[in-house]
Amino acid sequence: MNLARTLRMGYTVSGNSRSSRKSIGIWRRRLIELFLSLGYAALVAVPAGGEDWGMGAANRQIARGAVFSPVSAPAGEIATLSWFILAVTAAIFLIVFGLLLYSVVRFRARATDEPREPAQLYGSNQIEFAWTAIPLLIVFVLVLTTIRTIYDVQGAMEPPGAIHVRVIGHQWWWEFRYPDLGIVTANELHVPLSDPAHPTPTWLQLESADVAHSFWVPRLAGKTDLIPNKINTMWVAPHQAGIYLGQCAEFCGTQHAMMLIRVVVEPRPAFDQWVAAQRQPAVSQSVEAHGRQVFESNACVSCHSVRGTRGHGTYGPDLTHLMSRQTLGSGAALNTPEHLKIWVGDPGRMKPGVLMPAMNLSKNDLDDLVAWMVTLK
Amino acid sequence: MAGSIEERIALGREGIATAAELAQPLAGRLHEWIITVDHKRLGLMYIGGGLFYFMVAGLQASTIRLQLAVPNAGIVSPQVFNRLLTLHGTAMVFLVGMPILIGFFNYLVPLMIGARDLAFPRLNSFGYWLWFFGALLLYFSYIGGGGLQGMGSAPAVGWFAYAPLTETPFSRGNSTDYWILSIFLTSVGSTATAINLITTAFTMRCPGMTLNKMPVLVWLAVVDAGLMLVALPPLSAAQVMLLLDRYMGAHFFDTQAGGSALLWQHFFWIFGHPEVYVLVIPAFAFASEIIPVFSRKVIFGYEVMVAASCAIGFISLGVWAHHMFSVGMTPAGNAFFVTSTMLVGIPTGIKIFNWLATMWGGRIRLRVPMLFSIAFLFQFLISGLTGIMLAVAPFDWQLTDTYFVVAHFHYVLIGAILFMIFAAVYYWFPKATGKMLDERLGQFHFWLFFFGFHMTFDTLHLAGLAGMPRRIYTYQPGRGFEELNLIASIGVILQGLGVITLVYNVIRSLAAGKSAGRDPWDAWTLEWSTTSPPPEYNFPEVPTVHSRRPLWDLKHPADPDWRYE
Amino acid sequence: MSSAGEFRIGAITHGIDAPPPIADPWVLPSRGRAGMIALIITDSTFFLIFVAAYVFYIGKSLTPPYPREVLSYPILNTICLLSSSLTIVVAARALHQGAIRRFAVWWFFTLALGVEFLIGTGREWHRLIYQAGLTLRTNLFGTTYYSLVGLHALHVTIGASAIALVMGLTWSGAVTQKHAERIEVLSWYWHFVDAVWVVVFVTVYVISTR
Repeated sequence: MNLARTLRMGYTVSGNSRSSRKSIGIWRRRLIELFLSLGYAALVAVPAGGEDWGMGAANRQIARGAVFSPVSAPAGEIATLSWFILAVTAAIFLIVFGLLLYSVVRFRARATDEPREPAQLYGSNQIEFAWTAIPLLIVFVLVLTTIRTIYDVQGAMEPPGAIHVRVIGHQWWWEFRYPDLGIVTANELHVPLSDPAHPTPTWLQLESADVAHSFWVPRLAGKTDLIPNKINTMWVAPHQAGIYLGQCAEFCGTQHAMMLIRVVVEPRPAFDQWVAAQRQPAVSQSVEAHGRQVFESNACVSCHSVRGTRGHGTYGPDLTHLMSRQTLGSGAALNTPEHLKIWVGDPGRMKPGVLMPAMNLSKNDLDDLVAWMVTLK
Repeated sequence: MAGSIEERIALGREGIATAAELAQPLAGRLHEWIITVDHKRLGLMYIGGGLFYFMVAGLQASTIRLQLAVPNAGIVSPQVFNRLLTLHGTAMVFLVGMPILIGFFNYLVPLMIGARDLAFPRLNSFGYWLWFFGALLLYFSYIGGGGLQGMGSAPAVGWFAYAPLTETPFSRGNSTDYWILSIFLTSVGSTATAINLITTAFTMRCPGMTLNKMPVLVWLAVVDAGLMLVALPPLSAAQVMLLLDRYMGAHFFDTQAGGSALLWQHFFWIFGHPEVYVLVIPAFAFASEIIPVFSRKVIFGYEVMVAASCAIGFISLGVWAHHMFSVGMTPAGNAFFVTSTMLVGIPTGIKIFNWLATMWGGRIRLRVPMLFSIAFLFQFLISGLTGIMLAVAPFDWQLTDTYFVVAHFHYVLIGAILFMIFAAVYYWFPKATGKMLDERLGQFHFWLFFFGFHMTFDTLHLAGLAGMPRRIYTYQPGRGFEELNLIASIGVILQGLGVITLVYNVIRSLAAGKSAGRDPWDAWTLEWSTTSPPPEYNFPEVPTVHSRRPLWDLKHPADPDWRYE
Repeated sequence: MSSAGEFRIGAITHGIDAPPPIADPWVLPSRGRAGMIALIITDSTFFLIFVAAYVFYIGKSLTPPYPREVLSYPILNTICLLSSSLTIVVAARALHQGAIRRFAVWWFFTLALGVEFLIGTGREWHRLIYQAGLTLRTNLFGTTYYSLVGLHALHVTIGASAIALVMGLTWSGAVTQKHAERIEVLSWYWHFVDAVWVVVFVTVYVISTR
């Protein structure tokens, strides 16, 4: 379409209101202008979103990449199969779309056509057979390759030396228990590197305390659901250290969107160090004693555990080593003392609808409590 | 409306309003519509009602896309967002897709088989009003969902309402109950229509129209109705069970009592997968009528098209758990559903090839119905291929419950189904009203909508691959989702403008459109032999047919179809 | 606008000059029969889901009572319901032949047998609730048992109501031989209800009590 001519038509239409084609031309031009200005406005004038509690900067430090950037055996197998499937479907698309495009161009009705109907083709058994048989063959190949990958991933045997984690999904946070290592943490999963030659994968047992959730960290593995009254199993074997992001992938209520996962993959020595630190009870110095008192005398202990105190609640995340984690609220905010104060004061500000109530503490109590909590490293 | 009463009758407007009716006051004419059992009026009421909810649910989708255009947008709270997504999905399936497609079958099937009405006209009306009130009930939940403790509103459990999120501890108030009851009512109405359509096709064909000579649209209506008969009850049964759980202490999905959350998923998807075929088969039906007429060729491979449609119907009953690849089924279970899902793709592909072969060697007229049909072929091809990707269970373990799936099913629902609904509107509007829709405005509508659709849904495939799950009210910056979501949201504007163009076109054409005559497209099935709009009794004489294209035989007496079928 | 002489793929040229003959008289299946078959198909699917839930939860109740402990074969009910299928066939045949009196008698037997089934079911439920302590909310067995058997009993009630309506119309003299087809269609519904009972009986009383 000749934009210049359309614009010219727009200018000459003012005195001439007869031709509908010309008046359509001015509307076409106005529509284009509207589209362009809206697009410009959207890209420039719209603010880049609301408060992100430091997570934007934190996320940007993590390498991008998801389904097609696997760093772990199951994700890698899936990606390989997926490339193959993409190639096959792309080929099919090119062929069929090519035929469609060709037929629209070649068999278009033209003014120079003779005024009679074209040859009527009722059908052809040979052609029908051909384009039934070929797709059947393609499906046969796809099914076989798919089944192989299914068994590779789901049928894998657990080697000795695998790390075991019990993952328990809650409305809107993740509980991670390492039964063999005797530690409990939340929202941030640490796993050791797995050498492909001598694999030390991490086996996750997935359970739910309330509704259905789904554990999904795309660079590590496909997603597996956490279904109440059912135990599922999955495994990861990451061969590249780093931090990998994921989140719950089964709608589980109000804050499904902020049930984020952070997986820290580290070499075995670093992992062992982390485990040892997690095993310790909470360190408590007398300077923060009042803060600890606030914790123990309020309803906090009904929901939260801090080993070494009177807090043994299991409804909410274990806070013994809260400050060793990078985020608060399962990824809702960066874990800093300022954010912690806002969270404890009114968690609904950072994660509206969250099940933890605003504690309505006095300013003094809140300050002291947070001062104590930041020692929970 | 211009013209004397005699002129209007001569133009054949009795179907919309007889002369006597036009002389009545408005209340009288409204009453005629409320008590009608005429399949044509009920069909138009279904379509009109569906288009109304299309606007409502479309606005809800626009709000969703506005909220997701930038991270942490804060336009709506998570609670409001979750209600929006639930009602958007539920309404689009049950209050838009089903009524519009049932409405078209309602209108067309008797006309295409030379019958006077459906088999059970009063049942038809009953089914419509069940739908009408069921639909009101769903949106009434905004007001009535509060329950005794005022804790509810509209349902916020997603359109597939997984247990135990829908059980009483996790869904307070009455919001979920409105979801259950409204859908239960509309489903009973749809089942009634399905019984009606099947009975009509088997028992009311005009002389000469053996099953072998029914138009493809009627065959597909039969397959569609048959699917409805067996696919809707599982959902209704599961909803009754959920209601018993919530109100009478039953334990169907009560995981604390040993119940199974997966049982709901199985029952839902035993309904849910055939349901998407119930929605797409009418699109196939429209394509099978429109593409031949605008290619000026008989449909290629009639028998194979019919057989493929029946095959799709049967196989689609056995693929449901491909929606459940991530729940932890055994490898053998997963493998079975991979196989069945890929198999259902084969008759589907055969249909695409047959439509292509119909166009091949023809004289393709690129009028608006054909533009939408060609886009349908393009987009349905793509969605079939992304469907193959999703059928590969390991790939699905990454893609399920992400925006890739959202993009895939919107490609089917909008790219295939809605595009063919648009095509059907432009194609049959002249028959129903006696007026042509404006061709220029139709092209505007097409191109605006086409570009907007691709802008939104092509990018959303990539969002899924980038790690964005579905049903999230916001996302954080730095995840790689921002640019894709912004582009997707802008595309909505174009689609909205396209729909507005259509609405304007309809209003303007009803008032002052070009007169259509009986057969504006030079088509071949029986509905084009009667006036536009048809009289209430459809045909002054019961027609007799000898082939699948009765009007072709009349227009080409030296070379009729029955010599070659 | 003829396209004669053009090449056709796959067309069977009959080489005839007259269209194929049309059946005369042009007879199609009756609407009532086709509609009732469709209704039976859809209702069967509805039942199938409740049967599936029952079968799925066999042996999964966390607490008693269990089927084997509290269920006993409903012999009388079953005999009555299944015989009512026979009596309704006799009645329908009588009406088809125009024997209104004979029809009324056998129709009454059908109604009585159907009502007996409902009374018997009610008594069994009374025993289960008050003596065995089994209700809908007791355990998974209670949930699936009452919903499945109750759904069937609801269908029997609907059928019996329709039969009672026809009974009343017969006594008032409104039913004649020309209604034979409608009565036959209604009897199909009744046969369907009986067939469902066979499935429920086998599933609940035979299989799950093992």
